[in-house]
Amino acid sequence: MFEIGLSHYLSVAGILFAIGIFGIFINRKNVIVILMSIELMLLAVNINLVAFSSYLNDLVGQVFAVFVLTVAAAEAAVGLAILVVYFRNRGSIAVEDINMMKG
Amino acid sequence: MIQALAFYMFAFMTIASAVLVVSSRNPVHSVLFLILAFFNSAGLFVLLGAEFLAMILVVVYVGAVAVLFMFVVMMLDINFVEMRQGFLQYLPIGGLVGLILLCELLTVVGGWVMAPEAASSGLSPTPDGITNTHALGAILYTDYLYLFEAAGMILLVAMIGAIVLTHRRRTGVRKQVIADQLARHPADTIELRKVDSGRGI
Repeated sequence: MFEIGLSHYLSVAGILFAIGIFGIFINRKNVIVILMSIELMLLAVNINLVAFSSYLNDLVGQVFAVFVLTVAAAEAAVGLAILVVYFRNRGSIAVEDINMMKG
Repeated sequence: MIQALAFYMFAFMTIASAVLVVSSRNPVHSVLFLILAFFNSAGLFVLLGAEFLAMILVVVYVGAVAVLFMFVVMMLDINFVEMRQGFLQYLPIGGLVGLILLCELLTVVGGWVMAPEAASSGLSPTPDGITNTHALGAILYTDYLYLFEAAGMILLVAMIGAIVLTHRRRTGVRKQVIADQLARHPADTIELRKVDSGRGI
């Protein structure tokens, strides 16, 4: 109980990932919260990478976590830009309205 | 003992704020809880001995991404009441999928053991006596230099892409175009006429 091992961190990451999936399912009207759920899932992946890196005594996991962080930041920026353009065109951010893409 | 207490506090706060992110009524509150979740997972990273990543998480997420989310949430004129419709409709299926995934992940974590030789076969083992930041920099700028440059390119492309997407050329706005002003020539615009005395043009 008081000995914190690798599986404790993996459990936290697993719960966080499941919450992210859950958030994507229940927030069908709000793309912003879906993007935040994706950020949560990427955070769970980062916790996994750093936990393995720490317990296996190998720094490559942390290097990879840096790259995951980079891609997550880029994804958030581009996703929010697309969201702003979409809102400007349609006046709503509901995912249910995005089922047609007319180029 | 202290470490275990700190771990449970950070883990509980991370998970609780993640739940509040996805279930909060107001997206502004969601963003604030996202910041809290990232702060607490930075604490988890510190417990794991990854101080540099913890600080990067605080700087990048709390400093940049969360502010970006906050700007977008506040900039868009969204009806928050209408947004909650369909919440209960998707709750059962979402809860079911989330629960199944959680059970699967916990089963994997529970019934898993590390190979005994795995800890000694790392690609770049953590060196003793230097800080985490120093050790990370020593391999990031040597072994992973090309990947590091590629990450920089990704950020550049994302920046240009976001600017191009959101840039809007408005019509009907009288903006100063300096090139047009400089390209004007007196001969094109000024016409001299001889006006007879006592008569108009």
